[in-house]
Amino acid sequence: MKWGMVIDLQKCTGCGECVAACKLENNVAIVDPKESEIGRTMLWMDMLTVYEGEYPRLRVRQFPRPCMHCDHPPCTKVCPVRATYKNEEGIVAQIYPQCIGCRYCMAACPYTVKSFNWYKPEWAPGIRETANPDVSVRPAGVVEKCTFCVHRLQKAKEQAKFEGRNLREGDFQTACADSCPTGAIVFGDLENTRHRVSPLSRSPRATRLLEDLGTEPKVIYLKEVD
Amino acid sequence: MEKAPAAPHPDFDLLRPIEDPGKNFYYIVAVLLVIILYTGYVYIRQLYHGLGVTGMAQPVTWGFYIINFVFFIGISHAGTLISAILRLSKAEWRRPITRMAEVITAIVLAIGGLHPIIDLGRPDRMLHLFYNGRLQSPLLWDITSITAYFTASTVYLYIPMIPDIAILRDRGVKPRWLYEFLSWGWQGTEQQHKVLDRAMNILMVMVIPIAISVHTIISYIFAMTVQPGWHSTIFGPYFVVGAIFSGIAAILVLMIVFRKVFHLERYLKLIHFNYLSVLLLIMSLLWFYFTFSEYLTGYYGHEPNEMRVFWYKFTGAFAPYFWTMVTCNFLLPLILLSNRKTRTIPGILIASISVIIGMWLERLIIVVPSLANPRLPYPTGIYIPSATEWTLFIGGVSVFILGYMMFARFFPVISVWEIQEGRQESAKAVTERIASYMPDPQPPSAKR
Repeated sequence: MKWGMVIDLQKCTGCGECVAACKLENNVAIVDPKESEIGRTMLWMDMLTVYEGEYPRLRVRQFPRPCMHCDHPPCTKVCPVRATYKNEEGIVAQIYPQCIGCRYCMAACPYTVKSFNWYKPEWAPGIRETANPDVSVRPAGVVEKCTFCVHRLQKAKEQAKFEGRNLREGDFQTACADSCPTGAIVFGDLENTRHRVSPLSRSPRATRLLEDLGTEPKVIYLKEVD
Repeated sequence: MEKAPAAPHPDFDLLRPIEDPGKNFYYIVAVLLVIILYTGYVYIRQLYHGLGVTGMAQPVTWGFYIINFVFFIGISHAGTLISAILRLSKAEWRRPITRMAEVITAIVLAIGGLHPIIDLGRPDRMLHLFYNGRLQSPLLWDITSITAYFTASTVYLYIPMIPDIAILRDRGVKPRWLYEFLSWGWQGTEQQHKVLDRAMNILMVMVIPIAISVHTIISYIFAMTVQPGWHSTIFGPYFVVGAIFSGIAAILVLMIVFRKVFHLERYLKLIHFNYLSVLLLIMSLLWFYFTFSEYLTGYYGHEPNEMRVFWYKFTGAFAPYFWTMVTCNFLLPLILLSNRKTRTIPGILIASISVIIGMWLERLIIVVPSLANPRLPYPTGIYIPSATEWTLFIGGVSVFILGYMMFARFFPVISVWEIQEGRQESAKAVTERIASYMPDPQPPSAKR
């Protein structure tokens, strides 16, 4: 089993729904606008903008950026305390109570996907009550990032076990995939040929970010066709 | 203050700061203590609020603390490494310098070693490093090598101090219990000298590879990632050269200060400064060679991400720091030290201070630009250190000055017994040694 994600950039409109859904799903702290300005925005799923060309022929592209969940993750190699590691299903996980906050993994990540809790996260009164009870709230001073909604996987597994069956594709989708209005994000088992991600990941349009680094990301982008 | 009761010692100048520290000592200590207490308060504030009080953010997630960590540990290479090399190579002019150099190492290493802990988001979980540590992380290698270096260099500082502590004990200097305890019953017998020599020989051979490993491994923290500007094979030796370079500059500054304050002109003579500054000049050239190779290979490879960091340093936001670094580390020392007319005490002082500043800038230039220019299309990172970080930096420097002053208050900064030994034995030893270099006289039986 090897969980992976396919993001079809042909379908993606850059609406940012995935960014918002992820933030709510995972109780990602909402930082003060002032803090956000100096670069402390916490986003597990980010929407990146690429500008191509010069003004009259300028082209703006956008693409969502979750954690790549590399098969050879540069971040887990450098963690001194096993607060980040790749689990047997290929998910690069974070253990918040273990993290000492050295931020070495952030410095080592070529995709810059990790966020740090510079302060203790604070929620506005209304938002606190709507927090997702399935995801632990992180304390100050630890690193966090996209987990491929591993808590949803956990739930789906338990449900499947309760019903005495194997995990099915529809049992579990990440929050970003769930929320995408155009269905651009698909999540599933890359090794299971019956999952949609498997044929999609072998599409001729399939590409990975910074492939030449040999990190073997499990997030696959399908290129736009002009 | 108690005046020494014993007969005038031939090297009384070296003992005077201990037997009669003077009033200024206490004033300076008071000022430093105030700064350090304030630093403590600022750190506790950081503990309470979190690392948000610093200027670090994403993507520049490492700032002053890591820069100063690398910088301080770099300075620490002065000491032990230089003194070990000079002792090992039997350079007779080393005698008044070794102790000073070793003290730098011990103090700066303690300060530098604390910096990664200051930098932790969760210092309360520091012990995870011990019971959950993973040896595959370069940070663990670092902990290992720095601990080893600290142990070795403090022992290496202490062992050659024993005879001097015994001199102080015998002169009845207060606090008596301290010298009594630390002199370990040294009587200066032949057997004791033999053991001491042996211990020193073992330590100085051991300390060199440990010292080199320390800064190599610090460079590995950066080089083991795949980030542009960091992932370089020459980082190990580059860091070691930079460390020794900044270390020599630190010794020179301290020697000039002590010479002035304690009136040690008889001991720290121009020849010592001359030799050490030539060493500084050589290190400056070596540093330039490494810097040149590092950036030239980067430039020719022309890898887009590498080039982004490259131009950020050469013409971008970091250009002022970069070119100041080149001036401070290379141009200024080269001009001042290669010219006999400017290789004077003030000239050497200027060159050394400029090297210290330049080497600090080098650490800044290594840490920040690579982080500020992520590979993916994020906005370029900005890092403006906060007052907290500046305070902790100044606090670190204050701890160093205080530590050094406290050392000089209780122990001679120039090895008294080694100077005496030098007077008594080295001339003979050197003559014998030189004779042994010369061609042997022709045996009478040999025929042409």
